[in-house]
Amino acid sequence: MPAKKKESADSVASATRVTAGAVLPRLAVRKTYKLYIGGAFPRSESGRTYVVADSKGQFVANAAQASRKDARDAVLAARAAFGKWSGATAYNKGQVIYRVAEMLEGRRDEFAALEVPASEVDEAVDRLVWYAGWTDKLAQVVGGANPVAGPYFNISSPEPSGVVAVVAPSAPTLLGLVSVIAPAMATGNTVVVITDAPRVAITLAEVLATSDVPGGVVNILTGSAAEMAPWLASHSDVNGLDLTGLADAKLALELEQAAAETLKRVRRPAAVDWSADPGLAPMTAYLETKTVWHPKGI
Amino acid sequence: MSAFEYAPAPESRSIVKLQPSYGLFINGEFVDGAGSFKTISPASEEVLAEIAEASTADVDRAVKAARRAYTDVWGVMPGRERAKYLFRIARLIAERSRELAVLESLNNGKPIKESRDVDVPLAAAHFFYYAGWADKLPYAGFGADPRPLGVAGQVIPWNFPLLMLAWKIAPALAAGNTVVLKPAETTPLTALLFAEICQQAELPPGVVNIVTGAGETGAAVVNHPDVDKVAFTGSTEVGRIIARAVAGTNKKVTLELGGKAANIVFDDAAIDQAVEGIVTGIFFNQGHVCCAGSRLLVQESVADQLLESLKRRMATLRVGDPLDKNTDVGAINSAEQLSRIKALAEIGSAEGAERWSPACELPDRGFWFAPTIFTGVSQAHRIAREEIFGPVLSVLTFRTPGEAVEKANNTPYGLSAGVWSEKGSRILAIADQLRAGVVWANTFNKFDPASPFGGYKESGYGREGGRHGLEAYLAG
Repeated sequence: MPAKKKESADSVASATRVTAGAVLPRLAVRKTYKLYIGGAFPRSESGRTYVVADSKGQFVANAAQASRKDARDAVLAARAAFGKWSGATAYNKGQVIYRVAEMLEGRRDEFAALEVPASEVDEAVDRLVWYAGWTDKLAQVVGGANPVAGPYFNISSPEPSGVVAVVAPSAPTLLGLVSVIAPAMATGNTVVVITDAPRVAITLAEVLATSDVPGGVVNILTGSAAEMAPWLASHSDVNGLDLTGLADAKLALELEQAAAETLKRVRRPAAVDWSADPGLAPMTAYLETKTVWHPKGI
Repeated sequence: MSAFEYAPAPESRSIVKLQPSYGLFINGEFVDGAGSFKTISPASEEVLAEIAEASTADVDRAVKAARRAYTDVWGVMPGRERAKYLFRIARLIAERSRELAVLESLNNGKPIKESRDVDVPLAAAHFFYYAGWADKLPYAGFGADPRPLGVAGQVIPWNFPLLMLAWKIAPALAAGNTVVLKPAETTPLTALLFAEICQQAELPPGVVNIVTGAGETGAAVVNHPDVDKVAFTGSTEVGRIIARAVAGTNKKVTLELGGKAANIVFDDAAIDQAVEGIVTGIFFNQGHVCCAGSRLLVQESVADQLLESLKRRMATLRVGDPLDKNTDVGAINSAEQLSRIKALAEIGSAEGAERWSPACELPDRGFWFAPTIFTGVSQAHRIAREEIFGPVLSVLTFRTPGEAVEKANNTPYGLSAGVWSEKGSRILAIADQLRAGVVWANTFNKFDPASPFGGYKESGYGREGGRHGLEAYLAG
């Protein structure tokens, strides 16, 4: 895309400088939109980028276009983070997710600049708060003691499935991302997300990176779901596949079929109302029930 | 040391009235199928009966009957009425328990003491448990007005024919669904006796339909477009095929698949109890158990002592006539399964593991395999990775708890695990780290209708048993 002569959205004239007598607007420092893998912000190993335009069609960034290799790296990072995150106490996980809500609240202006409606930011923050409160309640709601017919202590508790690959919805960008990431996080899973909303996603990654979310718990790949999702769907170290945000029915079918080879937990509900009460399903989809028996005796 | 001498103590077969041939059970009646096949006793290869083989058209008839029953009767019946039918069935199973146990041992080859004391009582208990849920569904935590899904297509394995039938049918019916169930090709008889029990219970026609046959019949059940729910217990290989087949449909699926469970014995475990648990873990039901403790992980410092005790105990196992009340290990269910066990055992030896079996006289006819252990097994060996589904135990050792957990979890399966230690804090910490759906601590192979059962990873998804087991059959 040719450079525009017009003042671009990010060169706000908040300050001025003087050159040869003329008053020019201050040139803004632009952000490079990279990926978010293992708590770091690497470029795509493929070296590829794609042009991102705003709603008026104006060039705003060259976003990293993630590749198959990046997707694999993201799974590696998610797996590495799984032990610590799944083993963190429920209280700790709740606090970390609440911290994400706090950080998001503080960055309202940034998301406004990315054309996310204020009401959507509100809902995204509130949703994070909702999930933050679930971490230490779910085990009592979906698990508990089982009255078996014998002298045994027997208890069932929910545990995370592992690494969950997610195709985030194209819209709403922020609320959609938060709605697919937060439930998997809250249940102790680690996540690899594919999104085609790089600016919102990477700005959210900055929120996550400053919220005590351990590196690798959430990994964000910007680019094409059609290119990357098949690799994640067939990846042997991915346990869950969330296609809630995927509109392409043909691709979804192919991904579900690929996921069958490793018996992944696949979630693909019919039309989703992103602003409705999500219910338990987004969390229970990536939970396993573990039942432990022990004899009673003196 | 040799086993004690026992006089034979055979259970009488006379309680079972075998018919020369059995039809399909569709819409409350026995009807002819498109083809037929013979079912045998794996202990003697004696032909027991001729069984109808359901074609795709027969399966379609069954699904239509189930749909009608769902729409007209069962789906609209008040829960408390459904409950009473299920309680009736539970009572009928208990009343006919000896007959069911003998028939199960005849057709499956499992010892009568197991079919009599485990399979049949648990099947009755499962119906009794889910009966009580039928009129309490709004309290189960799946929404204020949970609805049934419709017609459930269910395919079950040959290792626990009646018990797996109960695990499938009881929650489905309690939730208000109707079912088309396909028993395993080699073990159809108790399912057909169960059909008679449905008649005695005056269960409305079409609520339960039993279609016998092999893989093609099962595929017809799973792939039928008017089936809303698919429930399968069996191999991971078939589980993958089913998961692929239902991709893109609205069918709800639960899969209970294979396993390669680690049974971990720490140096402070009560060795004699652990040995009993190891034996129960791998030799119960000839090792034809998806959650069998087929990988023994024993702490190096007690390995020699434990193996000596284990071998001594194995020498007392009585292998033989399934109907003898003293028998511990019965017949392998089929020639096909026997050849698979033999093949993997040979691979175990070929790959360098050391094979040991007690001196053990096997009958001339039928399918038999002596209880076997392999020592010196490494994680790379196929007998440490693949499900053998027979009385074959692979023994590995470890030094630290961390190593034990790593080895235990080093498998694509995640159905069950065992841990033996006298230290409570260690048991709880290890149980936390094991990636398996059921963890038996200082016990093994215990089952209960109130206790959820099912796997992680490639052992499948969904749970059977308890409140959790209802989820598979309800739309929230």
